[in-house]
Amino acid sequence: MNDLNILLAGFGGQGILFTGKVIAYAGLMEGKEVSWLPSYGPEMRGGTANCSVCLSENKIGSPLVTNPDVLVAMNLPSLEKFENDVVPGGIIIVDSSIIAKKVQRTDVKTIYIPASEIAEENGIKGAANMVILGKLFKETCFCSEENLDKGLQKTIPPKKMDLLDKNRLCIKLGREN
Amino acid sequence: MSDKVLMKGNEAIAEAAIAAGCRHFFGYPITPQTEVAAYMSKRMPKIGGVYLQAESEVASINMVLGAGAAGVRVMTSTSSPGISLMSEGISYIAGSDVPCLIVNVERGGPGLGGIQPSQSDYFQATKATGHGDFHMLVFAPSTVQETVDLISDAFDLGDKYRMPTMILSDGLLGQMMEPVVLPEAKDPTDNKEWAVKGHQGKRAHNVVNSLYIDPKELEDLNIARFEKYKKIMETEQRAEEYLVDDADIVLVAFGASSRIAHSAVDMARKQGIKAGLIRPITLWPFPEKTIKKHIDHAKVFLSVEMNMGQMVEDVRLTVQDKKPVHFFGRTGGMVPTPKEVLEQIVKLNGGEC
Amino acid sequence: MSKVMGERPKALLDVPLHYCPGCTHGIVHRLVAEVIDELGIEGKTVGVASVGCSVFTYNYFGCDMVQAPHGRAPAVATGVKRARPDNVVFTYQGDGDLAAIGMGETVHAAARGENIVAIFINNAIYGMTGGQMAPTTLPGQVTQTTPYGRDTSVAGNPIRVCELLSSVKGVALAERVTVDCVKNVKAAKKAIKKAFEYQMAGKGYCIVEVVSTCPTNWGMAPGEALQWLRDNMLPYYPLGVYKDVGEEGEQ
Repeated sequence: MNDLNILLAGFGGQGILFTGKVIAYAGLMEGKEVSWLPSYGPEMRGGTANCSVCLSENKIGSPLVTNPDVLVAMNLPSLEKFENDVVPGGIIIVDSSIIAKKVQRTDVKTIYIPASEIAEENGIKGAANMVILGKLFKETCFCSEENLDKGLQKTIPPKKMDLLDKNRLCIKLGREN
Repeated sequence: MSDKVLMKGNEAIAEAAIAAGCRHFFGYPITPQTEVAAYMSKRMPKIGGVYLQAESEVASINMVLGAGAAGVRVMTSTSSPGISLMSEGISYIAGSDVPCLIVNVERGGPGLGGIQPSQSDYFQATKATGHGDFHMLVFAPSTVQETVDLISDAFDLGDKYRMPTMILSDGLLGQMMEPVVLPEAKDPTDNKEWAVKGHQGKRAHNVVNSLYIDPKELEDLNIARFEKYKKIMETEQRAEEYLVDDADIVLVAFGASSRIAHSAVDMARKQGIKAGLIRPITLWPFPEKTIKKHIDHAKVFLSVEMNMGQMVEDVRLTVQDKKPVHFFGRTGGMVPTPKEVLEQIVKLNGGEC
Repeated sequence: MSKVMGERPKALLDVPLHYCPGCTHGIVHRLVAEVIDELGIEGKTVGVASVGCSVFTYNYFGCDMVQAPHGRAPAVATGVKRARPDNVVFTYQGDGDLAAIGMGETVHAAARGENIVAIFINNAIYGMTGGQMAPTTLPGQVTQTTPYGRDTSVAGNPIRVCELLSSVKGVALAERVTVDCVKNVKAAKKAIKKAFEYQMAGKGYCIVEVVSTCPTNWGMAPGEALQWLRDNMLPYYPLGVYKDVGEEGEQ
């Protein structure tokens, strides 16, 4: 796999930062150089959150992803804000249960996945981020299956370890849908 | 050695300080450094340390003065406007020869400015953190791991030279997560002969003080302190060189902007442009020795900063008109992109972009 | 046969003090030193000098001393005490230092119940800088910067520090004393001793406000200044105990 710059964006509370951290940890398990950078400050309290994740074979320069290889958009403002920044040939993953609008770009691969619906149908409301992670994993193979699971285990706080299997299920659903 | 863990820069600052034996932290909340304080407030009570949220940055730096004078490893952290408030205390600390660690997770200024990453406190950190003739050691890490490593050195060198030291970080390095290996815990010995901790009837009283009414006495003391600074300038300069030996275009960049400059150098090399990077790790003392080594073969220097051009003045002082020194920067919390820096490199190489 | 009636307290070093004739700093220094001697704590005491006339206290007390920026003595003392909880820590501050530039540090140290003693010299004027208005300068009082008398509609009102701090939870002792006569000197020493004892018992922040004179900047002879203190200062700053948590500590 080549270097991968990922930008995840959505509302606060959708688990954007958490998802980024799972990816970064999985990358670390894979032996890559990794970085994770959140948006911070009042902007977060205003309801939007985004997070840059870089995975590389080499030393990472700027951790701020301005031209992502992969954009994950979990709300409409994020899609509108970042769509044009994606590198040609890149990937845009859209939670289609939240965003009705279609991607205008034709030079990128667009994946629509009703992540929120899928999570809810399977009784795990609020885990759309993990469904998307599963999809992202399937599309980019940024690490081994084993390391993805290790990344997940490293990221879930010890007190919330009872949610591990539910998260695993959502990742699986994302890969299959 | 522990395993590699992902840590936020700010949290790594706190954990590294604890590993370095720091058990006293005084601070005041300000974005984007608040995680340092939050982390300390969680950890310190569990390890018998002191975390205290002061009523202001003015108070927190003076609590640092008190604890430092009492001979313990002590630190504070803040962001740019907080350093302005602390400048009085920092001057007293320097004038009293008290070691301590001050962390500045910089944000954009002037005034309330913004909360996004910036390097616009370079002048403040290296030239005039407070009133009077003094310097402090200033370290500029560029990764979370390096932040961790430099904190230990900053404490040790502060004790060695009896002076305040600063870690100049920024919102980018403070907020980002990267893998780190935390160092082994240190337990510094409590052996500062000059400290105020009660003479126990065994010696004359110690006085930690910065007041000298007799001008000759103050001059002598300042001269002695500058003799110490001279020694530090000779022995403590640090810089990293990346592809500089054959470089025509030598970039100079520290901290967060050095990461971007590093990427830009790689991109330039792919285009066949001989670019290289000198990354100052100590900002005071400024690593002039490293820069001087490359004046002869370099065609041009380019200082890349997240401000309106501050370190570039030190680069110019060092290069002394022997070669042109240019500047590129973004400010106000904007982070330059490698592409923007590459454009400057291409232009300096005589090409069009 | 000559007999030694009184000696210099051990905790006061054998150096000439720089204070003006008739200034009450010397008496208060002596009282603090006597208390330190009587409690046998010089070896574990750390004093914090402030900025003002008392800036040189670090040259006078035999215990370890640290000199603080103007107004920041409570913060510096907090740092010392938190680093060395077994030490006895006191600040020695004037009215400008404690009640003007350092009011924030004072109130917050008090509210934290910081285990320190503040010796507070209230002489209603800035002495060191040559007699300017202090936060405790009386209404109508002439100073270098209130040449027509303090006009409270312009320059604000004098602050009664003990009254103010008595409302702060965390304060163990707030007592106002003076040293104009033998009886009051004895009472002042008692208060200072109680403050140090409270600190050693871990009761919290203690302040002893000493209503003092500044003959030089008041433009009076020492005896005259003491009378002016009785006639003008004490009515506005009544002596007494404003807060004392007693044996039990704060409830």
